[in-house]
Amino acid sequence: MTTFPEDSILVLLGTTPSGELTKSAAGLLGAAVGVGTPVALVVALPGQGAEAASEAGSLGAKHVLMAEMEELSSALGVPVVDALTVAADQVQPDAILITNSLDGRDAAGRFAARKRCALAVDAIGVGRDEEGVLAHHSVYGGAYNVDCAPTFGPLVITVREGSIDARAEAVTPTVDVLDVKPSGAAAAIVESFEEQTAASTRPELRGAAKVVAGGRGLSSQEQFALVEELADVLGAAVGASRAAVDAGYVPNSYQIGQTGVSVSPQLYVALGISGAIQHRAGMQTAKTIVAINKDPDAAIFDVADFGVVGDLFEVVPQLIKSLSARKG
Amino acid sequence: MKIIVLMKEVPDTYGERKLNLETGLAERGAGEAVLDEINERALEVALSQAGEISDAEIIVVSMAPESAATTLRKALAMGASRLVHIADEKLVGADLGLTAEVLAAAIKRTGFDLIIAGNLSTDGSGGVLPAMIAELLEVPYASALTSVEVTADRITGSRESDTGTMRVAAPLPAVISVTERFPAGRFPNFKGIMAAKKKPVESLTAADLDVDPESLDTPRSIMLAVAERPARTAGTKIVDEGDGGEKLAEFLISNRLA
Repeated sequence: MTTFPEDSILVLLGTTPSGELTKSAAGLLGAAVGVGTPVALVVALPGQGAEAASEAGSLGAKHVLMAEMEELSSALGVPVVDALTVAADQVQPDAILITNSLDGRDAAGRFAARKRCALAVDAIGVGRDEEGVLAHHSVYGGAYNVDCAPTFGPLVITVREGSIDARAEAVTPTVDVLDVKPSGAAAAIVESFEEQTAASTRPELRGAAKVVAGGRGLSSQEQFALVEELADVLGAAVGASRAAVDAGYVPNSYQIGQTGVSVSPQLYVALGISGAIQHRAGMQTAKTIVAINKDPDAAIFDVADFGVVGDLFEVVPQLIKSLSARKG
Repeated sequence: MKIIVLMKEVPDTYGERKLNLETGLAERGAGEAVLDEINERALEVALSQAGEISDAEIIVVSMAPESAATTLRKALAMGASRLVHIADEKLVGADLGLTAEVLAAAIKRTGFDLIIAGNLSTDGSGGVLPAMIAELLEVPYASALTSVEVTADRITGSRESDTGTMRVAAPLPAVISVTERFPAGRFPNFKGIMAAKKKPVESLTAADLDVDPESLDTPRSIMLAVAERPARTAGTKIVDEGDGGEKLAEFLISNRLA
């Protein structure tokens, strides 16, 4: 059996139903390599582990523990936690990194409760001091930075999707097959599953590098298309304020704000959004904020790096034309 | 059937929210305190399902300071049968692990068939407590449901996972969490407010639940540092004079953002 380095960081990597690693894998391994030796746990359906394991190596996992589990598709959450429990016992890591997605949070919560580990959620970075690994958080919509650490033992950390820019160098990993005996913990049953078929080629809102968001100023569902048009020119994801969601212009999943999705993109473009504190809490950690609004007193201008007071139905088409022209 | 709804008081997201820079604790006096909206939706799920089930009793369980009692009473006015309020000075600043232990112990003591929680709180945005509680109570957990049907012995529902949509089912007892797809909580009416005054409120401490918040045997997450992020400042603001779109395009291109 492989012996694992003293400074091992166990990284839980999930797979999509088709067997690829989920998108957050690169960032998790990038965070891990900054504080120790990344040991990946790849949990996959039978037959899909080997490819996922080599993909983990190309993203920087020095060692890979591979668990192929049939029950992954039928029992909700518990098989992953069972695998994580076995892996953590073998690796004795300094920290355990898990993505802060829905499935990641479910696994982290159950695991931390089962093993009585200290848990830090929604971290935007990890670090190390002489005592061990610590987690950096941005809380209350980016208003405060907070660091936390465990009193003792490994810290289980869920890492916010898209928050880690660092990447680990590709390596050829050692791969061990992990023998997981089911814990028998009660799990909800998955009766059927419909994979999300990507309706557009636009990036997902969570973790997007650029976001164009529309508010009540778009006035109607039809006119919200302008937001999508600009997003496509910029290669951005589409978001919305709560007001636009409540008005029925777009589905709930588009909502950016304290309730809804929190984003920290390189560029955030707010169209017809007044900038209620609730909305700002979900986007004010963006690197650059641009706003167009006809109300010169809109609160969004207080946080915008570049604001245009004007009619978005005139400014945005001109912006699109201008950007398209320069792109040639 | 005993339906437990987990609720908490949070600072209103429409107001100023502050952390104390010495203790790292939330400044409860800084703004309005309200019931977390997602918890109100969870209670609404319980209330709307209760009609379909015989002998449904809806019990709100909350770990919150004494001062939250008034806020929590709203849940009774909305229609919950009773409130179990765990208030203990020793629990101030409790981490997720301690919070889960306390809530699980309170739920066990109360008895339960179904536990309904919100998927993500608006203050901590943790989204892990229901999973922790399910593990501690050794029951199934169906997270982030967008629809649910409750019968005498099981729940079924739709769940929006990271990769698609699934139908899930679990025998009771179980824990579920619900998303914002569910309708907002109802407004308490006058009758509800009057009735709430007579509803039972049980106050518990950690000691009542046999949990020692000061025990050093269990690892806890502790805050090492807290700092206020400098507020964003406004940058350039122009008034469109027919070339606003072009100027904005220039800004984006010169900053390598387009």
